[in-house]
Amino acid sequence: MTTIEAPAPPGTPGTQGPPSTPREIGGIGHRIPRHEDARLIEGQGNFLDDVVLPGMLHMAILRADVAHAKINSIDTAAASAVDGVIAIVTGELMAQHNLAWMPTLSGDTQAVLVTDKVRYQGQEIAAVIATDRYIAEDAVSLIEVDYEMLPPVTTPQQAMEHGAPLIRDEKDGQTDNLVYEWESGDEAATDAAFASADRIVSIETHYPRSHPSPLETCGVIADVNSVTGQATLYLTSQAPHAHRTLFAMVAGLPEQDIRIISPDLGGGFGNKVPIYPGYVVATAASLLLGAPVKWIETRSENLISTGFARDYYMKGELAVNDDGRIQALRVDMLSDQGAFFADAQPTKFKAGLFHVVTGSYDYPSAHIKCRGAFTNKAPGGVAYRCSFRITEASFLIERLVQTAAYELDIDPAEFRLRNFIQPEQFPYESPTGFVYDSGDYPTALRKALDAVGYEQLREEQVAKRAEGKLMGIGIAHFTEAVGAGPSKQYDIAGLKMFDSAELRVHPTGKAILKLGVKSQGQGHETTFAQIVAEELGIPVTDVKVVEGDTDHTPYGLGTYASRSTPVGGAATAMVARKLADKARLIAAHLLEAADADIELENGKLFVRGTPDRSVTIQDVAFAAYTNLPDGMEHGLEGVTYYDPPNLTYPYGSYVVVVDVDADTGEWEVRRMVALDDCGVRINPMIVEGQIHGGLTEGFAMSSMQWITFDDEGNCIGSNFMDYLLPTSWETPRFELLETSVPSPHHPIGAKGVGESATVGSPAAFVNAVVDAVAHLGVRNIDMPVLPDRVWSAIQGASGGD
Amino acid sequence: MTDHTARVAQGDTVEITVTVNDVEHVVDTEPRQLLVHLVRERLGLTGTHIGCDTSSCGACTVLIDGKAIKACTMLAVQADGRSLTTVEGLKSNGTRDPVQQAFTDEHGLQCGFCTPGMMLVAKVLLENNPDPSEDEIRWALSGNLCRCTGYVNIVKSVQAAARAATQAPVDA
Repeated sequence: MTTIEAPAPPGTPGTQGPPSTPREIGGIGHRIPRHEDARLIEGQGNFLDDVVLPGMLHMAILRADVAHAKINSIDTAAASAVDGVIAIVTGELMAQHNLAWMPTLSGDTQAVLVTDKVRYQGQEIAAVIATDRYIAEDAVSLIEVDYEMLPPVTTPQQAMEHGAPLIRDEKDGQTDNLVYEWESGDEAATDAAFASADRIVSIETHYPRSHPSPLETCGVIADVNSVTGQATLYLTSQAPHAHRTLFAMVAGLPEQDIRIISPDLGGGFGNKVPIYPGYVVATAASLLLGAPVKWIETRSENLISTGFARDYYMKGELAVNDDGRIQALRVDMLSDQGAFFADAQPTKFKAGLFHVVTGSYDYPSAHIKCRGAFTNKAPGGVAYRCSFRITEASFLIERLVQTAAYELDIDPAEFRLRNFIQPEQFPYESPTGFVYDSGDYPTALRKALDAVGYEQLREEQVAKRAEGKLMGIGIAHFTEAVGAGPSKQYDIAGLKMFDSAELRVHPTGKAILKLGVKSQGQGHETTFAQIVAEELGIPVTDVKVVEGDTDHTPYGLGTYASRSTPVGGAATAMVARKLADKARLIAAHLLEAADADIELENGKLFVRGTPDRSVTIQDVAFAAYTNLPDGMEHGLEGVTYYDPPNLTYPYGSYVVVVDVDADTGEWEVRRMVALDDCGVRINPMIVEGQIHGGLTEGFAMSSMQWITFDDEGNCIGSNFMDYLLPTSWETPRFELLETSVPSPHHPIGAKGVGESATVGSPAAFVNAVVDAVAHLGVRNIDMPVLPDRVWSAIQGASGGD
Repeated sequence: MTDHTARVAQGDTVEITVTVNDVEHVVDTEPRQLLVHLVRERLGLTGTHIGCDTSSCGACTVLIDGKAIKACTMLAVQADGRSLTTVEGLKSNGTRDPVQQAFTDEHGLQCGFCTPGMMLVAKVLLENNPDPSEDEIRWALSGNLCRCTGYVNIVKSVQAAARAATQAPVDA
């Protein structure tokens, strides 16, 4: 068993030192250009819709155009008569095969095709299989559905009212629209702290419904061979192994006969974690018809039916003393879950990791109460670029401390500094049971404040206000909890959240690394090759990374919740160390030296004290197949299943400066300084790219991304003209900073970074706008912070004067 | 101009001639077929992607007679007699276009789904404006969506390509 050796923080404390390997090896810390780029810039990527199989049929789905209605009948006669239509699949047909319902990732069941009543607009009613997608769409438009309208439930508040229409009437024992009740923390201690505190500060806010919207929509090509039973599913999947197991369990297919191939993914952001009804229908259709069936979502289908995100109504209260110290936190949250409880999250946590809401601050008690409600909206609750609801948590606490600072008349930066968990307190156990691994929050915040020129900005703000002009400075200091497992705490649908790496070094010294995680653009083919280069000294260009094919990669839980580097990256380092141990034994044999005297450095294995007596890792690789010590097994190959001892806790300090037009409510970002500490950075270029993208999605959620519904449950944000995403024109400029406090328990000290900026930045943008109008008495503006909301807040505040 | 008054029955096809990446193709197409489907499914050039179906995202961008257009909202028959460039045609004589090279040098792509469209728009921009300001670049790219990069390194890539293009004649 190889032990984990946490690296000493390299370089000066708080910063990452220079790479330890030369550039030609390209280990940790090098800005290596990405291996995956060549095919993508030359139009040779292999995305799902690019895959064409012989004899392939095409599927289109008929979706409900109402939110809540009983289906009296479905008439498919005209559709069936269209030339080129091969089959029409309805819920009735699926029910005959016991496939009309399927399990969700939160232990609920979801209709595959409607058999009783429609529960949200966009729900799948029937599917047409045809020789051509155009023909399939023609036929879909000819299917007649006779609806008997039922009253729609469009908010969780309405859902929880006594006598509200029952959405899940098919569910045994379900008599209301409550999905779950869940709590965390110590209620009695929290109540006591609130009773004795100098004052209570509160905020109520809605984190609105959003959609991850990767630029590639979801889809499947199901290819079931009716003779051999082999089912090959090309799938837009962030978690191919987990999906294979779930397919085996749902469809009853033998797992060894299911092969899931997740090709190049055009982004994921959580959207490609769930299993969607279309996947199941296409697979059933392929099984019944004996031909491959392709289904690619349209963008509208993607927006109205696949995993939404957020939609948390949150009330937070802080008990604070007049000296500016937080005593306790109380949170009451109501979530809009849509018609089926389909959050992708660990089984024991009904609101994901929302209870990390205590944030970056040190106080003894907290109590978090959560309830979820069914509504007539699409299911989901996917962790959109976030580790299971941490985005909502981070937003609430950072909005709340800002409010507390105003109420106590303490500067928001100073208030945070007074309450931060201190560097010497790590590992720090939070009031809700998270054990934060490492950090230096005061240094991070001070560095960000210095960079933005905080004192001068506050002076400028005073001067501007005297002229009647509005500017605001918003701070957010977030702490994430990412990289699930440990497996004793975390699972998806019962599957423990470890991850895996399999590494083989061939006789010529070239390596292939196979992983259980799956990139959606994060650059795994480069980053994970760099870990191998670091550990074994094999040049990074000699390491090929393979992911996304369940027949050819070791079992893993996939990529979401920023877990690839914390778990898959750790597995990679550990398997490389296993191979390094064997390489030393082979080198000792080749050099006729004692095993214990061999050192490995930058791909050279030498006898300690006499570096001239050496062989290369390539020599050793060749010897592993040609010239071994007696009794040693051939090959230089291994596999590691890594179960992390803890989550990792990346953090950051973000500062946003905005100018607000008092007459229109429009706001513009003047500066955005983002300091991230994600421990050791494997490829700083890729890390910065992840942060740029995350900041942009955070900006988007704070300013425009919003899935809306009317009172009848019609989804308004059903295309990119109504659901706004930021372009290059609106997106602010970013100034990036870093500190580096390695994770003490991760083999290479890395923490994961893909979601940090999305988690941390929305509060910084909203805090900035609220800060601009805080002197008027404004304490909250809900996201998205649209100009009319800002204008109304200003008018309301002025009117109250 | 093509006469659009003639009516064609569903399922009937018309013959069009279209030059794609310097190769002339004569194809029968349904009048309703979208250009992006002709390019991807009939000609097998899958580097052109479909992201939104409503000409909002620009993943389907191709060049028609040197102008960037969104192939998801143009009919294939409208390309009759015209010349297209797709991402597959950016390389010339086995050498990457400076825009392509800049996108990998500057980490201007992550998932790569928007990248073909971004590069083609950048190419047209630089042909018309060899030394664009950052605002001019951002404005030119604003018809194309990227969900991964926050546009930061895409802008840097276009700037790098502009520098490379202006330096190229000196080397020649």
